[in-house]
Amino acid sequence: MSEHIVHPRVYLVVFLALLVGTGLTAWVAFFDFPGPLNAVIALTIAVVKATLVIMYFMHVRYSSRLVALMIASALFWMAILFALTISDYSTRGWLPLT
Amino acid sequence: MPEGLATTHEQAAHGALQHHFENMEQQREADTLGMWVFLVTEIMFFGGMFLAYTLYRYKYPEAFAAASNHLDIKLGATNTVVLIFSSFTMAMAVYSTQVGKRRNSIVFLILTMMLGLTFLVIKAVEYHDKYVSNLIPGTLIPGHPFNPNAHELHLPPGVSTGHVEMFYWIYFAMTGMHALHMIIGIGVLTVILILAWRGRFSPEYHAPVEITGLYWHFVDIVWIFLFPLLYLLGRHMEGHMG
Repeated sequence: MSEHIVHPRVYLVVFLALLVGTGLTAWVAFFDFPGPLNAVIALTIAVVKATLVIMYFMHVRYSSRLVALMIASALFWMAILFALTISDYSTRGWLPLT
Repeated sequence: MPEGLATTHEQAAHGALQHHFENMEQQREADTLGMWVFLVTEIMFFGGMFLAYTLYRYKYPEAFAAASNHLDIKLGATNTVVLIFSSFTMAMAVYSTQVGKRRNSIVFLILTMMLGLTFLVIKAVEYHDKYVSNLIPGTLIPGHPFNPNAHELHLPPGVSTGHVEMFYWIYFAMTGMHALHMIIGIGVLTVILILAWRGRFSPEYHAPVEITGLYWHFVDIVWIFLFPLLYLLGRHMEGHMG
């Protein structure tokens, strides 16, 4: 597999998209959405921005699948970290302690 | 260009090729993968702090919103733009090296470092503001214990200043570790800049620039999450609080 060189135009478009995302996340933060929607929107924008950086600036879109597997494994282990810890903290007090 | 030239060129071992690799291509792929393994440990490292943030924010939502609203959103947003811009110049430095434009790559590396320093200066201004307002948690600074002016923070009734202090512990731990990564990144870029200056990199050999870029972009991604989570979390509740 030979190296793929990303054209600067792609970098520029990604850069502009990241700026738009930053403006958007700062703007919508001042609207009061119901329930946890503010946090959901903020995290969605952050995930989209991070994905753009990973795919284009970090060349993962053009890298080997081994690199993609490495990132997936990191996210998988972090999901375990969050899922097990939060399932503990959020269920404390469900059962009466004797 | 004659037919055989490209293959002869590839067969001649590049000076930077380590003996345990078949060719430059394999070496570059191994370098990239190795850097990603390191970044996986970094993801887990920051992941632990993001988890602590999640748990305490879930537990003390009002205190976190009030504490967060005291951060300077303009400085935070400016720093986000500065870091994103530095990621762009870093990507351009990698590109310039890949196509063999040494002068451009040096210019982009210097720009990236200047933007990184700009970020740290703005961060220092913010830290100083917190110092002046006695918002450095615990007794880290002798003579300046954590002592928020409850009126200035607009604390709703019933919100403990201890919970506000928890936000600032997390704020300083996360932004402090992030700033340390920036400082290390600028140090690594200094080495890369010197090597680029000496003409060590070429379209055939540029893995050090590439993997330094991976590190730099990773630090940028951490900030992409820190900005909304630390600076913006309570802005929509400002109207509800006195």
